[in-house]
Parts: sequence; C-alpha cells; structure tokens
Amino acid sequence: MNNVPLVQILFVSTGLFFIGMYGLFSRRNLITILMSIELMLNSVNINFVAFNKYLYTTQLNGVIFTIFIITIAAAEAAVAIAIIINLYRSHHSIDVEDAGELKY
Amino acid sequence: MSHLSYIVWILLLPLANFALLGLTGRKLLKGISGVIGTSVLLVVAALASMAVYQYFFVYGKLDGIYHLINVLQFEWLKFSPNVSIGMGVALDPISVMMLFIVSVVSLMVHVFSLGYMKGEERFGTYYAFLSLFTFSMLSLVISTNIFQIYIFWELVGISSYLLIGFYYDKPSAVAASKKAFIVTRFADLGFLVGILILSFGAGTLDIHTLIIRLTTVQSPQLLGMTTSSFLGISALTWGLTLVFIGGAGKSAMFPLHVWLPDAMEGPTPISALIHAATMVVAGVYLVARLFPLYSFDVSSLNIVAYVGAISALLPAIIACTQNDIKRVLAYSTISQIGYMMFGLGVSGYSGELGLGYMASMFHLFTHAFFKSLLFLCAGAIIHLVQSNDVKDMGGLRKLMPITHIAFLVGCLSIAGIPPFSGFFSKEEILSAAYQSNKLIYGVGVFTSMLTAFYMFRLYFRIFHSRAQNRELAHGEGSLSMKLPLVVLAVSATLAGFVPFSLFVTPDHAPIEAHVDLIFSIFPVVLSVAAILFAARLYRTQNARPAKIATSLGKIYRFAYRKFYFDEIYLFVSKKIIFNLIGRPAAWIDKHIVDGLMNLLAATTVKISVLIKGFQSGKLQNYAVYFFAGIIGLAALFVYFRQSP
Repeated sequence: MNNVPLVQILFVSTGLFFIGMYGLFSRRNLITILMSIELMLNSVNINFVAFNKYLYTTQLNGVIFTIFIITIAAAEAAVAIAIIINLYRSHHSIDVEDAGELKY
Repeated sequence: MSHLSYIVWILLLPLANFALLGLTGRKLLKGISGVIGTSVLLVVAALASMAVYQYFFVYGKLDGIYHLINVLQFEWLKFSPNVSIGMGVALDPISVMMLFIVSVVSLMVHVFSLGYMKGEERFGTYYAFLSLFTFSMLSLVISTNIFQIYIFWELVGISSYLLIGFYYDKPSAVAASKKAFIVTRFADLGFLVGILILSFGAGTLDIHTLIIRLTTVQSPQLLGMTTSSFLGISALTWGLTLVFIGGAGKSAMFPLHVWLPDAMEGPTPISALIHAATMVVAGVYLVARLFPLYSFDVSSLNIVAYVGAISALLPAIIACTQNDIKRVLAYSTISQIGYMMFGLGVSGYSGELGLGYMASMFHLFTHAFFKSLLFLCAGAIIHLVQSNDVKDMGGLRKLMPITHIAFLVGCLSIAGIPPFSGFFSKEEILSAAYQSNKLIYGVGVFTSMLTAFYMFRLYFRIFHSRAQNRELAHGEGSLSMKLPLVVLAVSATLAGFVPFSLFVTPDHAPIEAHVDLIFSIFPVVLSVAAILFAARLYRTQNARPAKIATSLGKIYRFAYRKFYFDEIYLFVSKKIIFNLIGRPAAWIDKHIVDGLMNLLAATTVKISVLIKGFQSGKLQNYAVYFFAGIIGLAALFVYFRQSP
C-alpha cells in the first residue's frame, strides 16, 4: 500500500471535491445537491486520512476526525432529508428553483 | 431624643393612609374611606398637639431659649465623603407650630369634606390625595435639610395639582391645575438654583449648619459667598433671592400670584387647605426658616419686604371688584400672605427687633384659622346655593344661622377688629413696619382698610342684601359641615390671646410683646369706617355701588380685569415666547434635527436598493458567493502569509 504516493491521493480527493462542487452549483434537484455535498465531505475525509498516514504516522487525530465527520454527515443527511420532505409537502416539488421566496 | 420619637408617626400615618386609600379607595373601602382618613388625621392632630405641649413646655427650653431638637437624622444619599444628602426630623418653634396648624386645619377639612364631598364618584381618591397633601406639608415643615425641603416642596406642588384638577372632566379645572403647576414649577427653578448656590457656597445642605456657617462673621464660607459676585451682586444675595423666588411662587406673591385665583376650580375644602395651612404658607415658612440668613443680607430682605408689600396691596384692590366669592377670598389670601412676607421683611434678628418675624408667624397662625373658616363657610354657602357668584346669593342670614355667625367672625378677624385674632397679629405686623419702614407701614394700613371693605362687601352681599324666596334642596348642611365651622370660629376668636412672642422669635429667646392701644386706634378706626362704608353700599340693594364703579371708570375696569396680569402673561408667553423662541426652535427641530435623521434613513434606503439584487432567493447563487468568499479569503490568507 505504501507505494501509492500522497500526491495521487490528493488528486483523487481534489477531483471528488470539484465534482461535488459542480453538482452543487448545477443541479436543480435537492436530493442530488445533498449527494454532491456528501461527495465534498468525503473528499475532505480522504485528505484527513491521507495526511494522517503520510505526515503524522504516530498519531490518530486525522482518523478520529474523519469518524466524527462521518457521524455529523449522517446527522446532517437526516436533517436535510427532513427539510426536503417538508419542502415537498409545501411546494409539491424538490426543485431549488421553485423555492425562491426568501428574497428581497 | 427618644421621648419625642413619636413625631415620626405624625408623618408616617398620613403616608400610610394615602397608600391604603390610594390602593383600595376606589372600590373596596370607598364607603368608609372618609371615616378612615378623618380618624387617622384625628390621631395625627392629637400627636401634634402633644408635640406642641412637650416641645414648648417640657423639653424645648434650655437656659430660656428654645433649641433645635433633631429627633431623627440619617444619611439618605451619599455621593462622596463630602457630598451627601441627609434626611431627618427637626423640631424648633416654627416647625412645631406648623405641625400643629397643618394637622388641625387638615383635620377640619377632612371632617368638613365628609359632608361636602358626600356622594362624590371619586370619594376615596379624594381622601387619598388629601392625605398625600397633608403628609407632604407636614414633612416639609420638619425638614432638617434644604434638599429635603425641596423634595417635599415639589410633593406639595404635585398634590395640589391633583386636587385642583380633581374635577378633571371640567376643562377649566384642568387648565387651572396646569397653570398652578407650571407657574410654581417655574418659580421652583429659581429655588433649585438658589439651593445649589447656597449649598455650594456653604458646603452643606443641612439647614442648621448652613445658617451657622453663613452667619458667622469671618467664616471662610461667608467670605467666599460675599466676595464672589455676579452682575455686581454677591453670591449670597443671589442665592437668597433665588430661593425667595421659589417661595414667592408657592406663596403666590406678586408677580407670580396668577395661579392662585384660578386654583379655585378645585373642591372648596381643598381651597381652605391650600390657603390656610399648606401650599401658600410654604413660601413664608421657607423665608422664616432661612430667616437668620435673610436678616444677615439686607438687600435680599428688602426684596422680601417690598414684594410682600406690593402683594398685600394689589390683590386687595382687585378683591374689591370681584364677584366670585372664592376669588375674593383667594385675593384676600394673597394679600394676607403679603402681610406675612413684609412682616418678615421689616424684621430684625434679635431681641425686640425680632418683632416682625414673630408677628409674621403669629399672623400665619391666626390666618390659618380665620382663612380656613372663611373658606369652609364659602364651601357651605356654595353647597347650598350651587353657585360661586355672589349675585346668586343674598339674604342667606336666616337660612344659614351658624354659617352666618362663623363667616362674620372670620370677616371681623381678617378685618382686624378687636378682640378677634386677626387684630393682634396684624397690629404687631403694623407696629413692626412702623418701626422700620414708614412706606410699608402706610401700605399696610391702607391694605387693612381695603381688606375690611371687601370682606364686608362680601359679607353683606351674601347674608343681607335682598331677602329671597328660594327653594332649597336641603338645609344648612350636615353636622360634619357645621362642626368644623364652630370649632374654627371659636379658634379664630381665641387664637389672638396666645402669648405668641413667648414661643416664636427669630433667636428663639422669648420677648415681651404688648399691644399698644394708642397705636392701634388709627388702623382700627379706618377698618371700622371701611366696614360702615361697605354696609352703606351693600346692606340693601341700591344703585350706589354701580355709580361709584362708573365714576371710577378706568381704574375700576383696570382692577376688575385684575390689572391685566393674565393678559400680560398670555401676551408674553403666546406672542413673545412662542413666536420668538418656540417657533424657531420648532423649525430647527423639524428641519435640522429631523432632517439629519431623515437623511440617514434615506441614504440607508438607497444603498439597500442598490445591493438588494444579491438576495436573489436562488440557493445556488448563494453557494457560489459562499465559495467565492472562501476562495477570496484563502487567497488573502496565502498572500499575507507569504509577504512578510
């Protein structure tokens, strides 16, 4: 395993991050947007684990942090889905363009 | 002194009564609020009488001199080690005398009101206010501290405001209470500035210390106050004059007297209380309290004397022309208070020279009885006739025998006919004036003649004149209305025989005063002549008064319109102050102060319109801004990390 260099792992995580960002900016469906956000979170997780493994071999901080992020992400997904369900009930749609009341 | 500590109850009982009736007087205790108020006052009056006895005959005298007893003294507000405001209860001859007068007159008013105000909608509230009024005046007179006086001074003002405007659905009553409050407030400004000057100069607010420091020759405080001056007048004179302005406002002295005749809009027993014991005598009391200072500073004492003399004369002239029974009495009050003021003004400090001071306090004492008697009689008459105008009265002699006698006693007393009480006090004031200032003496004698004339003009027009066949709803009034009249009539007859000079003198040492009969003949003869003249004019209805009025022409009209004082004040306030100060100030407020605020608001609105496009309501736009912001921050962070 050790022969995979750090840079390559970073490339993967950066790619994941920007794919997520693209999804966040371009998709209209809220579920898809939620999935994009999860992608971005996971790219960060990869970074944490990778840096922990290559730079601070004696410590476990990065790994622990990742576990926290996964937990938070699960909670966040629950909240987000609850929001989406309520939005659907009130607007009969989960398209972000349809929920634009909060403006000037 | 512990054996006098019950004095505190004289103050606390009316206060507690005010709280009780103020909270429950509307519904719960409405029916019996009058009885509660009256019985509380009965206790207070009894305690005050006991205080009089104990002070003057048991504890007060030390080496032949009545000394100041501090019953209670505590620090109320402490700003810094040097500046603090104390409160306390001090007894000296005049405060004990005032305690007695205030509580007795107030008790009489309470009893009288039981009948007079019966069936009134806000009966409980009325008694609550009455208690507040009594409490504030009682606390004023026992104050140890000049600031404490000021606090209760204002409390007297506010309770008189409440009572004058008691019939608040009557526009004239509302206007009168407002006028009384504003005029006295205006004067109180002078009082406050005066207090500040005096206390700053003396370095204390405690009256006793203040007087000692400022009357000790060569004391640093006195030197400081006499050497520093403003407009060529020393700080001491300024302070005393300003304090006197406050006293003149409360005592309705010329030219601040305009509120008192209008204050007649309140219930009549209130007028009795205001005129006889509380409120208007507060100004005289204040000057008397600070008398050692005034007698030390001749120029301010002269102001007191001349203002008093003018206030004695002008209202007496006005009173000769008025037709409203209460207004005539109000002007007579101003005139009598004027007597007290110039009595103080012509007085010296020690020994026989203190005659004026003693006579002034004596007059305050007797005036309290006969003036409250006259007002309560007026109340009984108004209660019967349901009108204030003497033209609606006449021939009431048979209908109201007790009121008739009582009113006659009051008139004889105020006119200074021996042996009624007013004679003694007035003669002593006049003889004090004769010894020091002949001009003021002349004014005093002339006023005393006028007083006899207008009081008997009133008397004859009410009780004699035509005999009317009127149908009356009720008789003379209930027992509660007659009893105070009888008590006060007896007091007004006998009060003159109190050997006052043994008790109240400026230096607290008894002097021997004697009525000089030869000296008294001249004023008494004048008064009797004036009474006979009034009898000739008004005893029966005839055309003579009208003829005299037309022959006097302009002078009569001038006096009838009260020397146009109200008009002058209206002109000054409406035309000059409103136009020259009020309007420009309003313009500045509207256009500059408000304009600045409006400009601020308008700018905010413009900027908001410009930037509101950001709030598009599109979620993904926000996400873009968010990331752009993060990238921007990251860029900044990287840039500044690298540059140093």
